[in-house]
Amino acid sequence: MSSGKILGAILVVGAFAGGMYFGSNQQAAPTITNSTGGASYSGGYDKSTDSSVKSVGKSAVLERTTEGVTHVIEPGDLIMDAVKIANPGDTIQIMPGTYHETVYIDKDDIRIIGVIDEGKRATLDGEGQLNDAILYSGNNIVVENLLITKYKGNAIMGQAGNNFEIRNNIIVDTGVYGIFPQLGKNGIVEHNIISGIEDAAIYVGMSDNIHVAHNEVFDSVAGIEIENSRHAIVENNYVHNNTGGILAFITPGLPIKTTFDVIIRHNFIVNNNTANFGAPGSTVAGIPAGTGILIMAADEVIVEGNIITGNKTAGIIITDHQNAPNTTIDPESDPAPDKVMILDNLMANNGYDTIDEAKALMLTEFKQGNPDIVRVGTSRDSCIINRHRYVTVGVKDWQECSFTNTASVDSYILDEPVPAREIDPSERGKVVYMGICAGCHTYTGRMIGPPVQIIQALYMDNPQGLADWIAKPTKKRDDYPEMPPQDYLDEETRLAAAKYLLSVNR
Amino acid sequence: MQMFKCSTRLIVLIVIMLQGQVNANSSTISLSKNCPPSFELSAKGECKLLNLYQFYSSVQGRGVGGTQTSLPDHRDGFTPSEIDLGRYLFFDPLLSKDGSLSCASCHQPDKGFSDQRDRSIGVTGEKVARSAPTLWNVAFLDKFFWDARAKTLEEQAIGPLFDPKEMGNTPTKLLTDINRNSTYKKLFKQVFPSSESISVANITRALAAFQSSLISLNSRYDRYAHGAHNVLTEREIAGMNVFRSFVARCAECHQPPLFTNNQVAVIGTPEPEGLPFDVGAEKTFNAKKLRGGFKVPTLRNITKTAPYMHSGRFDNLFDSVEFYTKGRGHAVPKDESLQLHWHIWEPDLTKDEIQLIVEFLGTLTDESLTPQIPLVVPSGLPVIDQEYQSSITKHNNNSSATGNGE
Repeated sequence: MSSGKILGAILVVGAFAGGMYFGSNQQAAPTITNSTGGASYSGGYDKSTDSSVKSVGKSAVLERTTEGVTHVIEPGDLIMDAVKIANPGDTIQIMPGTYHETVYIDKDDIRIIGVIDEGKRATLDGEGQLNDAILYSGNNIVVENLLITKYKGNAIMGQAGNNFEIRNNIIVDTGVYGIFPQLGKNGIVEHNIISGIEDAAIYVGMSDNIHVAHNEVFDSVAGIEIENSRHAIVENNYVHNNTGGILAFITPGLPIKTTFDVIIRHNFIVNNNTANFGAPGSTVAGIPAGTGILIMAADEVIVEGNIITGNKTAGIIITDHQNAPNTTIDPESDPAPDKVMILDNLMANNGYDTIDEAKALMLTEFKQGNPDIVRVGTSRDSCIINRHRYVTVGVKDWQECSFTNTASVDSYILDEPVPAREIDPSERGKVVYMGICAGCHTYTGRMIGPPVQIIQALYMDNPQGLADWIAKPTKKRDDYPEMPPQDYLDEETRLAAAKYLLSVNR
Repeated sequence: MQMFKCSTRLIVLIVIMLQGQVNANSSTISLSKNCPPSFELSAKGECKLLNLYQFYSSVQGRGVGGTQTSLPDHRDGFTPSEIDLGRYLFFDPLLSKDGSLSCASCHQPDKGFSDQRDRSIGVTGEKVARSAPTLWNVAFLDKFFWDARAKTLEEQAIGPLFDPKEMGNTPTKLLTDINRNSTYKKLFKQVFPSSESISVANITRALAAFQSSLISLNSRYDRYAHGAHNVLTEREIAGMNVFRSFVARCAECHQPPLFTNNQVAVIGTPEPEGLPFDVGAEKTFNAKKLRGGFKVPTLRNITKTAPYMHSGRFDNLFDSVEFYTKGRGHAVPKDESLQLHWHIWEPDLTKDEIQLIVEFLGTLTDESLTPQIPLVVPSGLPVIDQEYQSSITKHNNNSSATGNGE
C-alpha cells in the first residue's frame, strides 16, 4: 500500500536515463576491483578541528578521575529521587524489578546502570501511559542494561547532551523511537536490542561524531536512521524484519541542514519486509516495505561490506527529495544525495517482489530482474565498484571509486570528549553580571533592585559576603521586591560575579 | 519609619515629575551613552550582548536543543546612541502616514511587544492580515513576518512602514517628516555623522538596533536550565517533560533555548470564521509544499501575547496547545491539501497534560529588560497612542483583511 509512495514519482524522472544508454549496450569485460587491498577512504572528518580519532571501543564519555556516590535503587523506590539528589560524577544503580516513571536528567555526568542479576533486569514500564522513559539533556550521560517497554514516546531520548553512551539495553514495543539522541556530539549507541518501534528503532538526529554498532533492531518501521548528522559510523548491526533497514536522510525543514560522512559497513541487513505501520505523515511512512538501505539527500554515504539479502523492494535505494513525496521542501537544504559511495557488499535475493515504479525505471535501462540498487533523481560525484555483481538501475554513469575500503577510519568518536567550555573566571563574573544582575540593577538608578553603587558601598571589601548573600538572599528593603536566590551558580561563579559587580564603575 | 517611606515616595514622585517636565520639550532629548542592561560597551563603542548561554556549545552553532545549549548567531554591535535613537523612532507615531500610530502601537511593551489582538489594526482602522508577533529576542532570528518573507530586521521594518493597511506611509513622506524635525536632524547627525541627510536605511538600522536589544533570557525556566532545579514547581517540571517528550513534540519546533527553531512549518491551524485560507509561506518561496506554512514563533513571554497563531485564532494557551492534540489536519479545510509537518500527529494528550504544558509555558516569562518608554518623542506626538487605539470604532471582526503584513 505505501510501497508506491516514496517511489511514486519515479516515472516522472524516467527520462533521466532515457536515450543516454541506447548506444552503450555492448558488454565489455567487467572491471573487477579487488577490495581486499588498495586505497582506503580517508574519511570526511577533519581531525584538526577536534582531536585525532582513535580505535573503536574507547569511551565517548569523559573518564572519571574520582567516582561520586553510587545510589542504589530498589523496587518501590523512585529512580527520579536519586537523580534529583545526584551530583555530577554519581552513578545510579537500578536493581532488578519493575519501575513506572519518566527519568529526566538535566545535569552532567550521571550514569544510569541497570543491575542484571542472573538475567533479571531493571525494567522501566510505561504501561502505555507515560511518554518517555529516559530524557537527558546533560553531557557525559551513560544509560546501560535496562529493559524498557510500553512508553508512548521514546525509550531513551537525548536533547543536546554531548558525550553519551547508550548500551546493552533491551527495548520492546516502545512508541515512536527506541533510542533517539538528538542534537548531541560524540556518542555511542551499541549492543542494544530494539523491536516493535513505529518509527526508527535507533534514530540519530542532528548530531555529530556518532558510533552505532553491534545492535539488533527488528520488527520496526525503520531499523537505524542517521538524519541531519555528520561523521557517523553504523557498523556490525543486525537489522532485520523492519520496513526499511538502515536510513541516511536529510530531512528538510529542520534547523540543522546536512547529513554527510556516514559509513554504513559490515551490517547484516536482512529480510526487511515488514508492512509499513508508520504514523500517517511521518517521513518513514513513505518507505516501501522491503528496503534494505535508503539514502535520501544525504551526502558522502559509504556503503561497504554489508550483507544485504532478502529485501523484497531493493537492497539499496538512493533518492533525492523530489522523488520522496512524503517530505516537504527546504530552500536551505540540498535535496540531492551526492558523493554516495558503494563498495563491495554481499547482495542476494533482493528486489524479488519490487514495486512497479522500480520495474518501470529499470525499463529505461532495458533491464529486467530483481533490483539490488535503485537510484532515482539527481546525484553528483557518486561512485561504485564491482557494479556488475548487482542488478542496478540509475548508477550506470557513476564513476569507479578511487578506493575500495574504509579500513583507515576506525571511529569518529573523539579522543577527548567534548569539553565544557572553559571560561576565564573574570569573564564568567562579567557575563553573569551583565546577563543576570544588570537586568535588575543599574549603576546609579533605581530599577527592580537597588543601584549597584549602594551595593558597592555595603560590600566593597567583602566580595565573599556578597557572594554568600546572592546564594541565599534575605529581604532587606521594604521598598524593593525580594531577590531570587542565585544558588544555581556555582560558588566560584558567584564570587566572580560579586567581584565584578564591586568593580564596575558605570 | 512610616514617615521615611512616605518621603521616599514623595521624592521619587518629584523626580519623575521633574523628568517629565525636562523631557516634555523634545528639543532637549539626548541619546544614551550607555548600553542597555545585559550589553557590554566594547572598546569600539559597540554594545555586545552577554548571557549565560554563551558558556555552552551547540551542534553546528545553530543554537537549538536542550537545556544547556548555546544560542545561535545574533545581531548586536550597535552603538548606544543607535539603540536609543531606535527607541525614540519605535515609539514615535510620526513614522505613520498620519501620525496616528507608531511601531509600538502593535508591539506594546506591556503586551509582550504584541498588541493582544487577533489581528492588528492599521492606519485605516481595519484589521490587517495577521497577528503582530512578539519582538522579544528578534536579535536571534533570520526570518521575519509570519510568512518568513524578510531576512533582516531592516528589511522587515519596511513592511509595516509602507504597507497601506499598516502604517500607510511612503518613503518620501517619511523622509520629509523626519528631515523637517529639528530634533531628529540633530539626533541622526549625531548617530550617523557621515550621512548627509536622513535615509530610510538610517531609520531602519536604528529600529533594528533597538529591537536587537529586546532580550528575554532570564525567566524561571532559564534559571532551571542553568541548574536551579528548585525554581520550578513539580507541576511545571512535569509540564516541561510533557512539552519536550516525543509524544507532545512541542520542543521539536519550539526548541530551547529560544523556544523556536527559526523554521517554517505547516501545521494547519484554522483561520477565523469567514476569512479565506491564508497560504503563508507558499507565496514567499513559491512552493506548493509550503502552502499554509508559517514561521515557528518563539514561546518566550507567551503568556503576554494572546491571542495566538498567525490569525489570532485561539485566545488562550490551553486552546492553542489543545489544537495539537485534536488530530493531524483536523482543522484543514476540506478543499485544501497541505503537506503537514511530520511532527503534527495525534499525541492524545490528557486534559491535565495540556494544562501542565500551559503551566510550564508560564515559566518562560521574563520582562526584566523591558526598555523604558520615552515620556516624549521628537515629534511631540503622544507616545503609544492609547487615545488613537481607543478611538477606533470603524473596525469590526468581520472586516476584510487585505493588509499584506502583520
